[in-house]
Amino acid sequence: MSGGPHRAQGFTEAPEFKLLIIAVAVFALMAVLAPERFLSAQNMTSMAFQFPEFAILALAMTITMMTGGIDLSVVGVANFSAVTGALILTTFADPGMGTGGSLMWLSVALLASLAIGAACGLINGTLVAHFGLPPILATLGSGLVFTGFAIAMTGGSAVMGFPDVVAWLGNEQLFGVPVPLILFVILAVLLHILLTRTAFGLRVTMYGANPLAALYAAVDINRMILKVYVIAGMFSSVAGMVIMSRANSAKADYGSSYLLLAVLIAVLGGVNPYGGYGRVIGVILAVLSMQFLSSGLNMLQVSNFARELIWGVLLIFVMIINTHGIPGLKSLKASPSK
Amino acid sequence: MLTGLLPKGFLTRNETLVAGVILAFCVLATLSDPLFFTVTTVSDLLRASIVIGILAIGAMVVLISGGIDVSFTAVAVFAMYLATRIALGVWPDMPWPMIFALAMVAGAGLGAINGLFIAFFKLPTLIVTLGTLSVFRGFLLTFVGSQRISDLPPEMRDFSRGVLARGTTEAGNFYSIPWSILALVAVIVLTWFMLKKTMLGRSIYAIGGSQESARRIGINVQWTQFFIYVYVGALAGLAGIIHGSVGRMADPFSLVGLELSVIAAVVLGGARLIGGYGTITGTLLGVVLIVLVQTNLIVIGIPTIWQSVTIGMLILLGTGVPAYRAKRAAARAG
Repeated sequence: MSGGPHRAQGFTEAPEFKLLIIAVAVFALMAVLAPERFLSAQNMTSMAFQFPEFAILALAMTITMMTGGIDLSVVGVANFSAVTGALILTTFADPGMGTGGSLMWLSVALLASLAIGAACGLINGTLVAHFGLPPILATLGSGLVFTGFAIAMTGGSAVMGFPDVVAWLGNEQLFGVPVPLILFVILAVLLHILLTRTAFGLRVTMYGANPLAALYAAVDINRMILKVYVIAGMFSSVAGMVIMSRANSAKADYGSSYLLLAVLIAVLGGVNPYGGYGRVIGVILAVLSMQFLSSGLNMLQVSNFARELIWGVLLIFVMIINTHGIPGLKSLKASPSK
Repeated sequence: MLTGLLPKGFLTRNETLVAGVILAFCVLATLSDPLFFTVTTVSDLLRASIVIGILAIGAMVVLISGGIDVSFTAVAVFAMYLATRIALGVWPDMPWPMIFALAMVAGAGLGAINGLFIAFFKLPTLIVTLGTLSVFRGFLLTFVGSQRISDLPPEMRDFSRGVLARGTTEAGNFYSIPWSILALVAVIVLTWFMLKKTMLGRSIYAIGGSQESARRIGINVQWTQFFIYVYVGALAGLAGIIHGSVGRMADPFSLVGLELSVIAAVVLGGARLIGGYGTITGTLLGVVLIVLVQTNLIVIGIPTIWQSVTIGMLILLGTGVPAYRAKRAAARAG
């Protein structure tokens, strides 16, 4: 893959343009197949509530993939931080206490889970940068450990019984826009600016494109990798809080299907898993396509298992097209190696 | 001196570390519960290791070649369920070797799908197998069936009753060692022979060391990689059908979720993700350690809810120590 920033290109030539077409096509297909239900205002709102949680995890996946790494611990971090937040809420906040008191404990819980997310990210980053573990194994092992802590803290059962304000985070609307969607947009804009407008973003892209060149260009690689995984951890913990609020409970094994989905969305969004290329707009378009597909299939009463099947097929299909282009499907011989 | 008699780097090898941990675990367990060190425990341990052991040998071959496979549990359960359904539908009295062969062929077929994408489309192994994990599972549960079958073909039940040795200890504890242990032994011998005594095996190590170098010395990288995934698929099919027979139930929801523990066992045994490293001894020791942790953690005083944490920590330590040492060595070499 060529990778690298595509400057001064026609809008229609950008790889993200293909994604826009896919998103519109899936939307149109579902609108034709189930017009009354898919196009209803109720469905639009419920989709806007559904996708932010895994979309935020996909953003976390994106930044680690930009460096040629991967974060398989995102769901573990999300659940670990959600369980921590939930335990703080159930221990200290009383459902009967006033809004002021509940809000205070909610912010404490939010801060605590963000701190957990950052700490988990720091652990992942240290393992990858300082101990030289391959990101797959580091995050696979740490993901088990984080999930394990969540299990040990709760004994494996769900934590519930929060004050009412907690539901606000996942279920309310602000000026008609769902709060989780607002959170997702803020994080997406933040990540976009970070990747395209800062020196840090440039270093991430450089390292992903060519680690050796980045080393010779005097990039402090260890520091950069630490930051990348801390950001991924904090994003995961935000997703964890959204999941907690929407489920009105926290449990060690929530969202287990989100890991595959997060990888799928990042890859579908054009992020190069070998590092060096990825755009937030691509990820957003991929999220929308997945959500349209997912709700549409739901309305057509396709089972969860079949949905899993379709996701998997899509992941591999998109990888083939991204690596080889459309002709790659026809001739295997003309394949450029990575 | 003693060190002269031991293989090079004996004390710092993963195998030695894992064996040490296993030994320490057993000593601690025996101290806290004298009944731990009995023939019953050993036979339980052996029985629990058969399926994980076969899967781990397969996962090891993939790791040696520089890839990673997370789909083998889905392959195993798919092959097991499909073979059982076919046997029940076509010829309920089908002899068990035929059912086993069916499962292995089904597994090899699914492995070939992985191999196709990895060897010929050159896609990253993790992403392909993450994808096929959900494709295989989704296909199985949507199109093949999602009901548990407890009414297995009689031959499968007969197989599960066959034992090499059984008996009762003086303390009155029952123990048995099933036939299926022979399958594990066969897989070990076959894989050992392939890796150490054939060109194919040397090619697998060579590809793991460096694909480019392997290509330049004339190894057919694509077909070797393809073969690896077919082989792993066949082993997964075998492990799946044994799991079904011994458990006396074809459960399409079982096995999936076990892949991380199996990979943990393999990397604990010294196989490295970058490829080129991995031994059968190490893998088997890793399997024993993981099975010990899964079944006997409580004996050494750690509550079972800490199981995930323990396995995760073991993965991080088992891979972190050699990785850190390699990094330091590389830094020293400049």
